[in-house]
Amino acid sequence: MTEYTFLIPLLPLFAFIMIVFFTRWKEMFSALLSIAMILAAWVMSVVILIETLGRIDEPFQWAYKFVNLPNFVLEIGTLVDPLTAVMLVVVTTVGACVEIYSVGYMHNDPRFSRFFAYLSLFLFSMLGLVVANNFFMIFIFWELVGLTSYLLIGFWFEKKSAADACKKAFITTRVGDLGFLVGLFMIGIYFGTFNYGGVFEIAGSGVIPAGILTAAAIFVFCGAVGKSAQWPLHVWLPDAMEGPTPVSALIHAATMVAAGVYLVARSMPLFVTSAEASLVVAIIGLITSFMAASIGLVQNDIKRILAYSTVSQLGYMIMALGLYGYDTAQGHHSPGFYAGTFHLMTHAFFKGLLFLGAGSVIHAVHTNDIQEMGGLARKMKLTAPTFMIASLSIAGIFPLSGFWSKDEIVAAASHYPIFLIGTLAIAFMTAFYMWRLCFLTFFGEPRDQHRFDHAHESPKNMTYPLVFLAVLSICAGWVGLPWIHKGFATFVYHGEAYEPHANYLLMAISLIVGLSGIYLAYLMYYKKSISADAMAEKFKGLYKLLYNKYYFDEIYQKVVIDPVMAFAGLMWKFDANVIDGAVNGTGWLTIKWSDIKEWFDTWIVDGAVNGCGWVVRQGANILRFMQTGSMQFYALFIAVLVVLFGLYKFEVKFLKIGWPTVTIIFILGVTLLALLTRITQIKFKANRRTDGEE
Amino acid sequence: MILSSLVAVPLLGMIIVMFLPKDKFNAIRWTSLLISVVPMVVSMWITWDYFFNLSGTSALAYVEGPYDWIPSLNIQYYLGVDGISVPMLFLTGLLSTLSLLASFGINNRVKEYFAFFLLLEAGMMGVFVALDFFLFYVFWEIMLVPMYFLIGVWGGPRKEYAAIKFFLYTLFGSIFMLVAILIMYFTSEPHSLNMVILLDHGPTMSHTLQMVCFIFFFIAFAIKVPVWPFHTWLPDAHVEAPTAVSVILAGVLLKMGTYAMLRISWPMFPQALRDLSFWIAILGVIAIIYGALVSMAQKDLKKLVAYSSVSHMGYCMMALAAFSSVSAIAGCMFQMVSHGLITGALFLLVGVIYDRAHTREIAAFGGLGAKIPVYTGIMVMFSMAALGLPGMSGFVSEFMIFVGAFGALNKVLVGISVLGVVLGATYMLRMVQKIFLGEFNMAKWGGLTDINLREIISVAPLAVLTVAIGVYPKPLTELMTATLENLVSLMAR
Repeated sequence: MTEYTFLIPLLPLFAFIMIVFFTRWKEMFSALLSIAMILAAWVMSVVILIETLGRIDEPFQWAYKFVNLPNFVLEIGTLVDPLTAVMLVVVTTVGACVEIYSVGYMHNDPRFSRFFAYLSLFLFSMLGLVVANNFFMIFIFWELVGLTSYLLIGFWFEKKSAADACKKAFITTRVGDLGFLVGLFMIGIYFGTFNYGGVFEIAGSGVIPAGILTAAAIFVFCGAVGKSAQWPLHVWLPDAMEGPTPVSALIHAATMVAAGVYLVARSMPLFVTSAEASLVVAIIGLITSFMAASIGLVQNDIKRILAYSTVSQLGYMIMALGLYGYDTAQGHHSPGFYAGTFHLMTHAFFKGLLFLGAGSVIHAVHTNDIQEMGGLARKMKLTAPTFMIASLSIAGIFPLSGFWSKDEIVAAASHYPIFLIGTLAIAFMTAFYMWRLCFLTFFGEPRDQHRFDHAHESPKNMTYPLVFLAVLSICAGWVGLPWIHKGFATFVYHGEAYEPHANYLLMAISLIVGLSGIYLAYLMYYKKSISADAMAEKFKGLYKLLYNKYYFDEIYQKVVIDPVMAFAGLMWKFDANVIDGAVNGTGWLTIKWSDIKEWFDTWIVDGAVNGCGWVVRQGANILRFMQTGSMQFYALFIAVLVVLFGLYKFEVKFLKIGWPTVTIIFILGVTLLALLTRITQIKFKANRRTDGEE
Repeated sequence: MILSSLVAVPLLGMIIVMFLPKDKFNAIRWTSLLISVVPMVVSMWITWDYFFNLSGTSALAYVEGPYDWIPSLNIQYYLGVDGISVPMLFLTGLLSTLSLLASFGINNRVKEYFAFFLLLEAGMMGVFVALDFFLFYVFWEIMLVPMYFLIGVWGGPRKEYAAIKFFLYTLFGSIFMLVAILIMYFTSEPHSLNMVILLDHGPTMSHTLQMVCFIFFFIAFAIKVPVWPFHTWLPDAHVEAPTAVSVILAGVLLKMGTYAMLRISWPMFPQALRDLSFWIAILGVIAIIYGALVSMAQKDLKKLVAYSSVSHMGYCMMALAAFSSVSAIAGCMFQMVSHGLITGALFLLVGVIYDRAHTREIAAFGGLGAKIPVYTGIMVMFSMAALGLPGMSGFVSEFMIFVGAFGALNKVLVGISVLGVVLGATYMLRMVQKIFLGEFNMAKWGGLTDINLREIISVAPLAVLTVAIGVYPKPLTELMTATLENLVSLMAR
């Protein structure tokens, strides 16, 4: 079956294409088609997982050259190793649960078929991301999950908040992808291949300078920061809760946001070559996890609490992986890799369950505000217990699955005091905010009687997935029990398999921390022996800071978005006025220049031409007086000419004067004659006029 | 003969259309459409045949000539194609037919419109097949005439301004090209205008002359691309031009600039190219970032798409600056094809909404996704393609350009240009949000109808090709590889 891994992503893609082009008018058929495809993918994934159990050290590889240029090859291919196999099962399991659940949750939605089309497209992209065998291909699917996340967050796009949130999610993750892209270019240029195996071999061989390795690793990590909502790019995930709740469960809790963790785990051979890069990863993970958990303490929107919880838990995993890289780079053993990937799996189940449970609650009371809930355990006989199982699991209570994975993260952090304290503090806060949520939602007296009266348990196709996931939330962690020798740790590992050993002291400490968090929540929100309001009043500044999420959105608005938009406006003005101004200015100057030339042309060039004409005409004016039409005048004229001619002959011969003088005399004579005639003519005309008047 | 037919058929078609009765609108429309199908099919056949039989070598294919045309000046009739012109022919044939289909809504001076359009097609085809400078120059210039009238007569409110600006700006550049051509002509012995011969003459010229010729050619081609800061004719021309003309402008005319660089000035003056490549890269990066930022500030949908062209062609310039990398040059060719498809489709789609709403102001819309879902789906798809989403052609080209440029150029510079990826997403998604998402204004847009079948048919081939190239780019790369390798070796001289 492993040879056919490439089919797994194609199954949901088939459903997507069918729904969009052919079956979208048949709503239930579309949904069933989509579910059938994901179930088929699930079966294949389970079979592949079983097959992979038998050949842990021989990953299956298949590749096809997508672009083949000299020195530049892009491949599409699959790589199936234990990490892939586990992720396949996790994604298809949660995917199938969510799709079944959505049939109930989305019923009566006018865009029902479209919802399943989008979900199928998402599953295609996510599964493609998981089976990819090289960095180029993972980036392709990395972007595609971003697209589907965009489409699904904005599924109810008539709501302005949803329309804003989907854009914010896409652009914020793209900022991270920018770094990822640069990382890819570095890999492409310095390693000459994108294939995981090739890159990791070259990274391990020591031919690449350490600085380049560190930079490449950190740039690749940027992608994870965006996608897994790590600080400082975490701001999009809480807003992404505007999408339908099944989407939040699948994409923004269990699978897509875990892609960043998967990427870091996948690229671990790169990170272990650079202690610095790994330390950066671990620190970002710790900061994110602590920050998000603290924000989660005071929020009131049920989905946003879960969103901050997701951010926090993802930070946990990232931190564990970073610590593993840091330790391994220095030659120490560490359970971090196993802890991070193990927690990735268990978290997918219990966080998926929490979101689906929250969806069930929202479905019942039509509000997200936990302050308006209360006492729902009485009405929701399946939702409440399953939700609480997941809450126990995430709080790390023995023997639920969260306990085992969280314990390993604590073990990974145990060598570094800051990380250990941080990890325990986060565990405490996690237990507290989850149980604050549980107590406020399910226990006590209803704070909104109207909503409570209309609340009801959800239909079976919504509750059965809850039960199924609840079972996994309890048992999934047992594959990593520290007492069994062939468990998760010897299956998914990097380098040498880490043999886990039970550290009872750490187990006890983390259990006590978890229980005390729950106990504090119990005192504050169930027994009310400590007043929550009084606490908020006492630490007012801190409360406000947390309640406003450390003001990250406001800071980004002021520091990034507003300046960029202002700059864009400025550039537009610059373009219209300066650059285009220069073009239009050139045109204007040309026109002005031609105006000047026109003046020159009219008055000087043409003036010269007209001047010639004027001279000729004036000359002609004079000459035309000779054309009098009077016989006497002509006779006189001839006589004068004869005289003149005679004079001329005479003068040339005897007075020895030259041509010019004669000519002048001639002209003068003619002019004189002309004037004479002119005078006579005017007289004549004057006479005629007077004649006419008479 | 086959290449000549690409030019001759539209020319002949223009004459036929001119003899049709003036008021038989449908006869004129269908005749022009059917005539334009001929060069489209021929160009597709050439692509097919070239891919399967000729793409293994970089030799010119379907060569016609050189036949003497004006022997006293050694002007020849010389046509031929290789791996960089074949995709352009394909694009020209396809977009011409689709634009004619999209022009059926023209009701004013129909005959003149379609006649000019066919003349335009002949000119475009000519540019991509000419191998003689004189011929090339003639085709290059002849297109200006129909383009001028198409914008100036059938355009929007400021059509005269836009048409004159376009015409004069391009003509201004052409003069530099003419001077450069003449320099090459008079320095070659015997005087020649044959591009293939001049390819070997170029590098033997003195360094100064090479620089002069290179810069002169660059000005001419840069205006056409357009390279920042020569770009301001583009938004005006795009906004004022009728839809189909915008499609041709964005889809084919801009590519003539980059095509001419690859065909002429890049391989002919490799030393000048080496000296100036850093500055060309800077112009490219400025265009990427600047075009995206200015796009972001636009209120008019068509202007937004126009400025996004500036940004996208900036990627081409950056790739061309990284001339030593086959992947960058291949990425440039990919980007030319992909931008032609995507931006062509975006302009068609802008036309669709403008025909119905009679406005292009982004802020006037909102929530249209609920009312016209099919149009929304197609528009969102092409917006995603434009912002470089994987699975579509734009991503492949950007990726190839970035990797190639990252290896060949200053890494910080390329790192800055990657910002264009985020800015591109920002302006496209802002547009999508403002037009399609949010509350729907029933009172204002209640009568809006969804995209109709004719419009879908004119966009569908572009959508299919965008996805096909994005998912399976191998055929296009294989078509060009041999030619590009040869080009890169020529540029390395």
